Amino acid sequence: MKRRDFLNRATAATAFISLGSLGLQSFSLGQKTTKITILHTNDVHSHIDPFGPEDGRNPNKGGVARRASLIDTIRKENPNTLLLDAGDIFQGTPYFNYYGGELEFKLMSKMKYDAATIGNHDFDNGIDGLYAQLPHASFQFLSANYNFKNTIMDTHVKPYQVFVKEGIKIGVFGLGIKLEGLVDKAMYKETEYLDPIETAQEMSRILKENEKCDLVICLSHLGYHYNHDFIPSDLTVAKKTKNIDLIIGGHTHTFLPKPTVVKNLEDQNMLVNQVGCYGINLGKIDFYFDSDKNKIAEGKSIVV
Amino acid sequence: MKLKLFSLLLAITLLASCKQEKQQLVKIEGVLIPISDSLKTNPEIEDYIKPYREHLNKELDSVLSYSKETYTKKDGDLNTAIGNLFADAILEQTNPIFNKRTGKNIDLVMFNHGGIRSHISKGNITTRTAYEIMPFENKVVVISLKGSQVNKLVEYLVSRHRAHPISGLKLVLDKEGGLKEASMHGEPIEDAKTYYVATNDYLYNGGDGMDFFKPNDTVYSMDYKIRNVLLDYFIKTDTIAPVVDDRFIQLEN
Repeated sequence: MKRRDFLNRATAATAFISLGSLGLQSFSLGQKTTKITILHTNDVHSHIDPFGPEDGRNPNKGGVARRASLIDTIRKENPNTLLLDAGDIFQGTPYFNYYGGELEFKLMSKMKYDAATIGNHDFDNGIDGLYAQLPHASFQFLSANYNFKNTIMDTHVKPYQVFVKEGIKIGVFGLGIKLEGLVDKAMYKETEYLDPIETAQEMSRILKENEKCDLVICLSHLGYHYNHDFIPSDLTVAKKTKNIDLIIGGHTHTFLPKPTVVKNLEDQNMLVNQVGCYGINLGKIDFYFDSDKNKIAEGKSIVV
Repeated sequence: MKLKLFSLLLAITLLASCKQEKQQLVKIEGVLIPISDSLKTNPEIEDYIKPYREHLNKELDSVLSYSKETYTKKDGDLNTAIGNLFADAILEQTNPIFNKRTGKNIDLVMFNHGGIRSHISKGNITTRTAYEIMPFENKVVVISLKGSQVNKLVEYLVSRHRAHPISGLKLVLDKEGGLKEASMHGEPIEDAKTYYVATNDYLYNGGDGMDFFKPNDTVYSMDYKIRNVLLDYFIKTDTIAPVVDDRFIQLEN
């Protein structure tokens, strides 16, 4: 017995020494903290210029050039940043009517958006009008519940994408609203709408179990909440799924002063956020990852 | 030798377990950042937008017509000058196209009060004016409806008691707000007769609670945007001077 103890100690010591050359710094990983910043917009609706001082509702607010400088500042502070949009990029100012969304996509590319989902108004120039602007977008379009197989958008939209920032895997998937009754069929053509709740359940499983993501984000254009529970919304997706950490919403132009904390299917807290419309706000959610066992043991804290 | 091998194995195991010291989510912080005028403007982005903005403004500020007065959708109870202009312009611009395609004529135009998104100011009417009144991409549709369905449309107008833009229809309400008279081309509406009703695709699909466009016999998609109707109307009209008239009124006695 004693001999074994000694042996263990001895081998441990040897191991420690031999580790030195193998890279002792890997041990320092043990105390590592990584901050992932998620920035988001929704329903910007072609609002490129700020509202003027005379505007009745949003005087002196918004403006892409200001948003760009804010994003730059945040990225300098934390390079581990993702920039996302929850749809309805198009329609709302003559910039869209004249240029068909070209400038919106070009500016989002310049601001280095990582991904966007597709809103109902993004079909306003037809699915062909959306397709025509794709060369101006350097970011990825994500939609898991629109099946574009029989349309011109086939292969140009992914259900999800996994981003890796400093070893942290972030899975982002998109959800779109039911188009029938909301958008003229001549506009969306053969785009097939799939059940968003079932899709979200499947996506969150794939991203968590197959892709082993540390963070799962749903980029949704379903709308924050409806009086009728049978209409799928961000709040219903939140309650009927597990493993989603954040739903970034759009469509209802809901101005949330802070993200809503929702209990998911497994009674775990997660966040639903939406920042109004017209680019007058930027949402910022910071996720802190740590390998300090004490911190992990304390559980995750949400500060909103 | 055995010991050395064992320690190497142990070292590898330790190293692996070290790498597996996985980071976990411990804290989430969420904030809303307003985009206000206190933020710096990114000069590169601003320079990039500038030529687009200048070109756009030049287009939007081109003068198309002149307005004698300022017209808003609040000036009038059951019909307004701006609403009448809107509905009459739809009829005037769309009917020749519809007639050419089908040999039929539009009997009635029905829009929604909320669809007029801005007022028309006294003075020059520019392209911008048309964009302000109609920022959306909605298009004209013409629906062939039986008189019985048209009567549902009339019921809607009576119950809503609102200045929804109409043309081709005359409605008189009694003092209590009940329907006293409804006519088209000076004649009562016949249940079995087919009428051609122009509206937009949004309302056709049930927007604003307008559920009377379905069922119908046929829908004709005109591929004519409402805004383009207005633009074309302004271009050909030197001065606009619409009035509140008697197309939809309530009797006082």
